[in-house]
Amino acid sequence: MPDTDIMVETGDRLVREHRLEQQTTREERRDAIVRIVRKTVTFVLFLASLAGLYTGYKAFGQAIDDRQHEWAVVGSVLPRTDDLNMPPIGEIIGQMGETPGGQDRIYARILFDEALFTLREAFAGFVVGSVIGMAIALALAQWRGLEQGLLPYVIASQTVPLIAIAPIIVIWGRKNFDVFPWEWHDWMSVSVIATYLTFFPVAVNGLRGLQSPQPENRELMESYAASWSQTLWRLRLPASLPYLFAALKIAATASIVGAVVGEISAGVEGGLGRRILREAFNYTTGPDRLFASVLGAAVLGIFVFLVVTGVERLVVGRHSRGAAT
Amino acid sequence: MTAIDVRGAAKVFNPGRSNQVEALSEIDLSVESGEFITLIGPSGCGKSTLLRLIASLISPSAGSVYVNAKPAEQARLDRDYGMAFQAAGLFDWRTVAKNIELPLELMGWSRGDRRRRSAEMLDLVKLGEFAKHHPSELSGGMQQRVAIARALAFSPSLLLMDEPFGALDEMTREHMQDELLRIWEETGTTVVFVTHSIPEAVYLSTRVVVMSPRPGRIAATIGVDLGNRSAATRDDTAFFKKVTEVRVALRSVEG
Repeated sequence: MPDTDIMVETGDRLVREHRLEQQTTREERRDAIVRIVRKTVTFVLFLASLAGLYTGYKAFGQAIDDRQHEWAVVGSVLPRTDDLNMPPIGEIIGQMGETPGGQDRIYARILFDEALFTLREAFAGFVVGSVIGMAIALALAQWRGLEQGLLPYVIASQTVPLIAIAPIIVIWGRKNFDVFPWEWHDWMSVSVIATYLTFFPVAVNGLRGLQSPQPENRELMESYAASWSQTLWRLRLPASLPYLFAALKIAATASIVGAVVGEISAGVEGGLGRRILREAFNYTTGPDRLFASVLGAAVLGIFVFLVVTGVERLVVGRHSRGAAT
Repeated sequence: MTAIDVRGAAKVFNPGRSNQVEALSEIDLSVESGEFITLIGPSGCGKSTLLRLIASLISPSAGSVYVNAKPAEQARLDRDYGMAFQAAGLFDWRTVAKNIELPLELMGWSRGDRRRRSAEMLDLVKLGEFAKHHPSELSGGMQQRVAIARALAFSPSLLLMDEPFGALDEMTREHMQDELLRIWEETGTTVVFVTHSIPEAVYLSTRVVVMSPRPGRIAATIGVDLGNRSAATRDDTAFFKKVTEVRVALRSVEG
């Protein structure tokens, strides 16, 4: 019987494909390790070349004595290369291990504590902003008319200069936010500023994600007479996760930026932004400390980005590529 | 027993506007339980629209649609039918087994019952060892088999299929047709199958419904009695005669 042949042949093929599958998993694991090593090496090389560029330009400027020569750009358009304008990298790094006057902690430890302060503000803002952003995305996805009516204002909200609204929020917080059952601290006002930067990417990308399922997938759920919440939890939310995590990565780094800028313009005691401001005032006596504190802010931004990426790996996994097949 | 009863159904999209389209007009169709009906016709003849009327995914502008002796809307709410589309439409983030369990979850089946049923359905479509795989790891034909298993998981009395094999290559397609006929015989489900392949329509169905475009109407209904299908059926003269009969009917509606 030709039919039976087809069945047996198909069965064999399936078993072969299955073995191939298991082998592939092993290879994938090895590939993943290779990928991580390659990424780390690339990152280190990138940092090294940045440092090389900085040091090289500085050495070049020193050698031709900045402005006293025919290379008019160096020292005028480009920064001057003396130790005040461009402290040597060795000194910036070395500063981390030193104990500034009147302190009992080394500088790296001081930065770490400031970073924790900023991280708390940013995290609160990130969480609240993500929830608000997702709520906006859900509302816009639910009522199409609302999307056309409200989205322009959501976008316009991001054009308001942060530096301007930060002090207002702090003043409001001190005077008016006593409706909350807990005591309002200035750092919470900074969190509000971080929230302001966070909700936007989550709302916009969340909306795209919620709308990403194919018409067939929506018809399928309708054919099962699935309720609104069943469709949300089993189709729309899972389908939106890749979009959502792309937004959360932006939102996490934006929440750090929001917190640092918020601290600077709000006059909060503590935090990396405050530290950067203080080192800027004392620049002439310790330029390497300003560079070191800016470096600390950058490291904090990279850290939160990596944390979100890690959570994404755990939640989304390697099979979900957003849209259903 | 009558599985589907469509009387004087019409569908007009965007009525009263400049982009108004009369998709279906004066459709009368009655399907007995256990039948395998194919809807065939040129593109724009409204065959997918008719399928969606039966599924109550859209509602008719005129006339009535009854499924299992109740209004189509009620039949949908009672989950009287399963549906499969041209795109397999599996959820990437769920394993093959979990995809099949999706309708069962929505109906509140217990975890144990769901497991047992998805295992049975995977055996039915001969994908037993792929339960824990993700759809992206399967070929197009295998994905479509999972979609069929999902549509049949809650044992609906009616299976609605919208060009489910349209995206498959010829070899896989013929193999899937045999699988579908085997499942149809094993389960006794009524099937309404939309296609634009004449040999596919003749090979699969007990009745071919030929539709004409603008507006969509039923132009002819051709009964097919070829007995049990096998590889030999495809080379049979009776098969070719039916194919010709359907082709002639289609040619007359296209002109």
